[in-house]
Amino acid sequence: MMEFLETVLTAKYNYWIYIILMMIGIWAMIAKVNLIKKIIGMNIFQTAIILFYVSIGAKKGGTIPILEHAPGHGHDYIMDADKYINPLPHVLMLTAIVVSVATLGVALALALKVYREHQTLDEDEILSHLSE
Amino acid sequence: MIWQIDTAMLLLVVVVAIASLQVKDLLGAGILFGAYSFMMCVLWTVMGAVDVAFTEATVGAGVSTVLFIAAVFRTSRRTKD
Repeated sequence: MMEFLETVLTAKYNYWIYIILMMIGIWAMIAKVNLIKKIIGMNIFQTAIILFYVSIGAKKGGTIPILEHAPGHGHDYIMDADKYINPLPHVLMLTAIVVSVATLGVALALALKVYREHQTLDEDEILSHLSE
Repeated sequence: MIWQIDTAMLLLVVVVAIASLQVKDLLGAGILFGAYSFMMCVLWTVMGAVDVAFTEATVGAGVSTVLFIAAVFRTSRRTKD
């Protein structure tokens, strides 16, 4: 039992925070009535997924993925792949961050358009305004 | 990975995420979301993803906060939830 807690709860705590943040994000997208709050929830969801992917690449005792020079000669590199953190999820998540700010811009522009049309950001008021 | 910084930042990230969703002022929500992005950036520096941390600091904490504040000043600042 203690071994189970050790391996599942403490050793993988990043993944538990990732699940909690994802649930916070999807709760905000569903339950919040304000459109700006929904957009913040969407962004929290996206950063939670990015946290998950960076957690996959992390390694205990590994250094950042930049090649180190060997002592003595200028062009010899230390090439032990197991000493470096896996950089592939980092590169993918770099693209995901830029895409997330693009979706944020589009979502805020749409929210501005909705506000100009209905003079409110409240979802219930917009729905009642539409059904009139 | 320094686990004290890691644990503190992971807890703060959750607290600030909930706070930015529960605060009644939309400008305050935007600022707290910027703080959330910055704590994510510190978390990724601790985890060794320095390039992701650079991009998150400029794009997530910088540009998104500016976009949120510009949107709040063009719409209403109060919210019911």
